[in-house]
Amino acid sequence: MQTETPQYAIETRNLSIFYGPFEAVKDVDLKIEKGKITAIIGPSGCGKSTLLRAFNRMNDFVPTSHVNGEILMHGINLYSKEIDPVEVRRRIGMVFQKPNPFPKSIYENIAWGARINGFKGNMDELVEQSLRGAALWDEVKDKLKESAYALSGGQQQRLCIARTIAIQPEIILMDEPASALDPISTLRIEELMQELKQNYTIIIVTHNMQQAARVSDFTAMMMLFGETRSGTVIEYDKTDIIFTRPGDKRTEDYVTGRFG
Amino acid sequence: MAKDLYPNKDDLQKFVDARYRTAWVWQTVFLSALLIAILALSALILNVVDGAFGYVVYEFKKDPALVSEKPIDDLNQTELIALLKDNLSRGAYNKLNNEKVMETRSEGELYGLVIERIIQVKTLKTYPLFESLFNRAAIEAEVAEKFPGARLEFRSWLTPDFLTTPMSSRAEFAGVRTALFGTLWMVSIAISFALPVGIGAAIYLQEYASKKSLMNKIIQTNINNLAGVPSIVYGMLGLAIFVRAFEALTSGALFGVTDSNGRTILSAGLTMGILVLPLVIINAQEAIKAVPDSIRQAAYGVGATRWQTVWSHVLPNALPGILTGSILAMSRAVGETAPLIIVGASTFISVDPSGPFSKFTALPIQIYQWTARAQSEFHAIAAAAIIVLLVLLLTLNATAILLRNRFQRRY
Amino acid sequence: MTTETQSLAPVPEQNSVPVSLRRKLRLGEGLLEAILFVVGFLTIFVTVSIVVVLGDQALLFFNDPQVGFREFFLTTQWQPSIGQFGIWALVSATLTTSAIAMLVALPLGLSSAIYLSEYASPRARSVLKPILEVLAGIPTVVYGYFALLFVTPLLRNLIGTENLGVYNMLSAGVVMGIMILPLIASMSEDALSAVPNSLREAAYAMGATPFEASIQVIVPAALSGIGAAIIVGLSRAVGETMIVAVASGATSKFTFNPLEAAETMTAHIARISGGDLSYNTIDYNSLFAIALVLFVVTLALNLFSQWIVSRFREQYE
Ligand SMILES: Nc1ncnc2c1ncn2[C@@H]1O[C@H](COP(=O)(O)OP(=O)(O)OP(=O)(O)O)[C@@H](O)[C@H]1O
Ligand SMILES: [Mg+2]
Repeated sequence: MQTETPQYAIETRNLSIFYGPFEAVKDVDLKIEKGKITAIIGPSGCGKSTLLRAFNRMNDFVPTSHVNGEILMHGINLYSKEIDPVEVRRRIGMVFQKPNPFPKSIYENIAWGARINGFKGNMDELVEQSLRGAALWDEVKDKLKESAYALSGGQQQRLCIARTIAIQPEIILMDEPASALDPISTLRIEELMQELKQNYTIIIVTHNMQQAARVSDFTAMMMLFGETRSGTVIEYDKTDIIFTRPGDKRTEDYVTGRFG
Repeated sequence: MAKDLYPNKDDLQKFVDARYRTAWVWQTVFLSALLIAILALSALILNVVDGAFGYVVYEFKKDPALVSEKPIDDLNQTELIALLKDNLSRGAYNKLNNEKVMETRSEGELYGLVIERIIQVKTLKTYPLFESLFNRAAIEAEVAEKFPGARLEFRSWLTPDFLTTPMSSRAEFAGVRTALFGTLWMVSIAISFALPVGIGAAIYLQEYASKKSLMNKIIQTNINNLAGVPSIVYGMLGLAIFVRAFEALTSGALFGVTDSNGRTILSAGLTMGILVLPLVIINAQEAIKAVPDSIRQAAYGVGATRWQTVWSHVLPNALPGILTGSILAMSRAVGETAPLIIVGASTFISVDPSGPFSKFTALPIQIYQWTARAQSEFHAIAAAAIIVLLVLLLTLNATAILLRNRFQRRY
Repeated sequence: MTTETQSLAPVPEQNSVPVSLRRKLRLGEGLLEAILFVVGFLTIFVTVSIVVVLGDQALLFFNDPQVGFREFFLTTQWQPSIGQFGIWALVSATLTTSAIAMLVALPLGLSSAIYLSEYASPRARSVLKPILEVLAGIPTVVYGYFALLFVTPLLRNLIGTENLGVYNMLSAGVVMGIMILPLIASMSEDALSAVPNSLREAAYAMGATPFEASIQVIVPAALSGIGAAIIVGLSRAVGETMIVAVASGATSKFTFNPLEAAETMTAHIARISGGDLSYNTIDYNSLFAIALVLFVVTLALNLFSQWIVSRFREQYE
């Protein structure tokens, strides 16, 4: 067992992720800081989603995928045999690119996750707190019993965030959470992330450089390299450093839009 | 928010374990449902195989050893005819000779006649295959006790002869030749009606009809509903229309055939054609739908008319799918029984059908009839006929799958 | 017709469409479209014929002084020889066998579908699905043989030969259930597979076990398709002929006891019309009245299932 490293929410060591024989992500060593927002940026297909989904073992559902190396949370390797993926996903919540509420009522969308995870408290309270936490309460408080599909895309995405915080994870993963939304909804999600950061560690994948610069504290730059066209993290630092004086020429080209 | 409202360190493990247990139990339940289905399929197949082979107890009216000097197995054609002449009454012999001149009959046929008419084999009891294999001693003991003097023999009811001999009222001598021909004729007629009509309708619905017009919605809904109409209702339709209303046509009276009523192969074939029509249409529609629009647009882009587009681009690309669907429709026609009963497939007929105006019987009809008989030897030939039917269907479906894999296009 | 040179360099005509662009009358095209339409319309004609034929003969039956409309629909004795035509004697057997069939096919079919769509690996699925397809492709007369010569003896061994006769509705119903199982399984599996993966991911990302995800999220989302599958299965059971004709007996009897022998609507039609039946007798016409009832019931079920699908189609947006 590793010793506890308290300032980090999650740590990867020599992490490689495969789809069959194809090594999509290679040799990633990241230390994600607790209570901060970390952005992962990089060109399409470089393995950002793959890396993100590895953190809460969503890649388990791709039968061909497997992982080499370690992902540590509280010093425990999330991929070691005795670890329960279901519990991992409870501790590390995820918000997807396209809003994907359940075809149930707004209330049920939040209550369901709490219920299956054995929530013992007052459900109404939890629903309200979570919706408030996701800055959605005022808009939906009168229609909690209505279908979640009746909400706008931006509201649906905030509902997805609400249901994630309802199960009280430690880390929230977000894969391009605002890419399907208009600028105003995007802004609201970004504001929300700033509030959530008080209680949660957030890792966000984004294609939007301004967004990464605005919201994140740290930024990891990923890039394809080598014969195998595998993705890896080529630079990882405080966001303002990445965006003002990056150490790698490729990063500079990418963040300033001069990339290929 | 209060974290301790979720199960904490101590009861967390218990809680998660309990959830996993539930999940595991249910996964097992779901899997066992599939296993039960597989079990049922195996039971069905084993049951049929079990019935088609096994020990049979025969009794002879005349001991074959005493009928002639040479063992009858070694007799040639002329000797067999002489034997028949000697042992049958003149009337019976002449009747047989009138049905088919003795000299034109094959050795096998004559041998069958000798067994049937002179030796007069009677089946006393049949045993299923697995009992025959694993319980031989008990069977022999039972035969020795209950049927002294009878002969115990292992018999495969499914033989090449079974395929080539016509119907007989005696299970020991019956074959499915007549029924096979009936099925073949009937399916050919059904398909030559359903295929052109079905493909035409599918082309119209997919390529010509505007998807929004009320007429087409009605036609489409109607086709879906026709696919769900019970087959016996098609039988009633065929009975009223083909057998009765169009009797002049289906009996062949219009064409100078006189010895028949409307219960002919033609009536059955047309009834079956209508029955599989919705199936052909739906399958053809699926195949046509799978041809990507880009191909159509390319054709229109170089100035093709609609029919040119359909004929040179859509149909060739959809053809494997259409064929696969048609073969599946064919196998449906091969196995359907109820409509044939209604339009009056004959249950006992021993001459090959000679054309669309013949009376006929079909494979599933024979299976039904033989299964419904009380004597176990008929169950045995029912099992043998089922094997023939299933092999036929398997061949058809394998062809369909081969076609699909061979010609399947990925766009 | 324009000549080669003209079509290469069309002379612009004032106030009119250039000749080469004018709409041409394509007789062949029009004719073909007309033929195809007629062919498509033929299917409507089939339905109309069914309604007319069954209705016409059934009307003859109801106009017969021996039978009354009310007697037909409200009484429970079916004995044509003494002029009793109460369809409930046949309906009761149809209901009983269909209910048993659904009792077998529903849990098994649904479970199979859930297993195939939510648990099975692609390889396992590629083995298991064809088995269901084989089961679906077996002619029902073979199932009849199986019912009479395997399931019935088996059940008689279990329940006791004194309780269960050679012909009984239980065996026919059970085997009918096995016959319908693949239909329900494959339709339900289609519905389950149509649920977008994003919903599955959402459930798993909340820490759901596969069971919780499938039963509480995926199955509810596919409910309309599953409902349609169940109704289509029921309609198939109601219309099934050969299994009941072989295995459930040849006496019409008003009973809901699965251990008894009784004749369904379909089996009755098959038995009577299979014999030597003279046209235009009341027996003959009565078969069309039964067939009409059968047609209306199955049509209603099929329409209902289509309505469910279109009405409750999930948008997943
Ligand atoms: N399920 C899968 N099976 C096989 N290969 C996959 C799978 N998912 C992703 N890949 C491959 O892995 C590589 C990385 O994909 P990934 O989705 O992680 O990229 P990404 O950086 O998120 O791209 P984008 O910015 O377009 O979302 C790609 O080459 C992709 O083709
Ligand atoms: Mg991605």
